Amino acid sequence: MTYAKPLPSIDRWNKPFWDAARQGELQLQTCEDCGHWWFPPAPVCPSCLSTRVTWKRASGRGKIWSRCRFHHIYDKAFADEAPYNVCMIELEEGPLFISNVVGAAWEDIGIGDAVEACFEKATEEVTLVRFKLAEK
Amino acid sequence: MTLLRDEIAVVGIANGPFGSFPEYDDYAQMAIAFKAALDDAGLEKNQIDGLITHRLGLYTRAAEVLGINPDYAVPLLRHGRMSGVAIQNGVAALLTGQAKYVALVYGNNGRSVRDLYGGGGGLWAPFGMSSPGAEHALLYERYRQKYAVTPEKLATVSLTLREHARLNPEAVMQKPLTLDDYMNARFIVEPLRLFDYCLINDGAVVMILTTKDRAKDLKQPPVYISGVSTATDLANVSTPPRGYWREAMAHNAERVYPMAGIDREDLSGLMIYDNFAPNILYSLEGYGFCKEGEAPDFIQGGRIALGGDLPVNTSGGHLSESYMQGWALNTEAVRQLRHQCGKRQIKDAKAIQYICSAAICSSIIYRR
Ligand SMILES: [Zn+2]
Repeated sequence: MTYAKPLPSIDRWNKPFWDAARQGELQLQTCEDCGHWWFPPAPVCPSCLSTRVTWKRASGRGKIWSRCRFHHIYDKAFADEAPYNVCMIELEEGPLFISNVVGAAWEDIGIGDAVEACFEKATEEVTLVRFKLAEK
Repeated sequence: MTLLRDEIAVVGIANGPFGSFPEYDDYAQMAIAFKAALDDAGLEKNQIDGLITHRLGLYTRAAEVLGINPDYAVPLLRHGRMSGVAIQNGVAALLTGQAKYVALVYGNNGRSVRDLYGGGGGLWAPFGMSSPGAEHALLYERYRQKYAVTPEKLATVSLTLREHARLNPEAVMQKPLTLDDYMNARFIVEPLRLFDYCLINDGAVVMILTTKDRAKDLKQPPVYISGVSTATDLANVSTPPRGYWREAMAHNAERVYPMAGIDREDLSGLMIYDNFAPNILYSLEGYGFCKEGEAPDFIQGGRIALGGDLPVNTSGGHLSESYMQGWALNTEAVRQLRHQCGKRQIKDAKAIQYICSAAICSSIIYRR
């Protein structure tokens, strides 16, 4: 069956992110001059504007800043899953990431809860970075 | 700070009809409103030498449809936050002598072309996160948990604005809205329910600005722009603002009240950009009408209703009048200050503040 949900548009700036995800790693850009980490990918460091930008493995750990739950079907490819959660995660390194928390009931997804990245293959090219609740 | 105070006036306004008009496009609706705004002001179209277009795809087509060659022409993107930016730019163009009469023109055919405000692409689309309402859902979920806000308290926003709309013959929504209707409506993106969302409809709004000296010779009593300020939260715009734009709002508040020489207690009412109901709460807190976390209680007991201490969105706002991306709230402020609001007139209205809280936060204070 073909994958019907939206796929990321992979470009020269975000390609390393998706390449790493396919290998089961969360990688983010960081600055060799000031140590800042950021997402989404950018050509220069948004903190000091250095071009000495590198990709590094992030811990994959974070905390849930907030959650919401889609009941309305904007895209019918999500119809079977609705209502589904979308959460904003504060990654340990600082950047924010919006994704889904998997393997947990809505009632168990708490603001401030620790989460860790997990990887779900969507297509040959794309593996999505999702999150699961961390072991307490 | 006082350079701008009361130097520029709104002299012509028009709202096109609000609803569904598949037989027109957005330029046509804008052009009809443009003519009505000229008539309102008592101006001829060739006197318009400044044109700021908003939402319309092409400023070139806008000028072509209107048959004008303005000296000053600026197109703005379709984001709702640009209405305040348009007014700010119109003021600046007039103050610096770039133009004598500036028309701010806006047209929207979102209903006819079935704008969905969700689905499609974008950075987070692979995770099913693809609607502006969901950003507000994320913000509000954290807020409501932190301050233990019940849905009944938030409902006050939508119920109050619906009552206002019912006094406004131009408003799209005329049916009464009860608390049961509100509570029984489906979630769109939880915790936000259907009636926390703005409408999607077609329409157009035009405002004409000029200097205070020129304004004296025109048909309508001038409504002065006493203060304008914008501040942004753009550097992390790919995710909802963890600070609820509070820094940007505080920055605006520090500037706009002294600029206008008008403080909060002098205001007759507020027009707050209500793309989603909770935005009214954040705005009331951000501009210091109440403290952080207090807005859900502050709005109870009729305070923000007509007849209350601080009427908000007397037209019905985006939730119940029309989704004109801030414009119809600005024309409502002008009408209130001209005392042309009929059954929904704020008694003896003297000064009104417009507030839009978004990645560009804008605020404008008008006085008669
Ligand atoms: Zn740096």
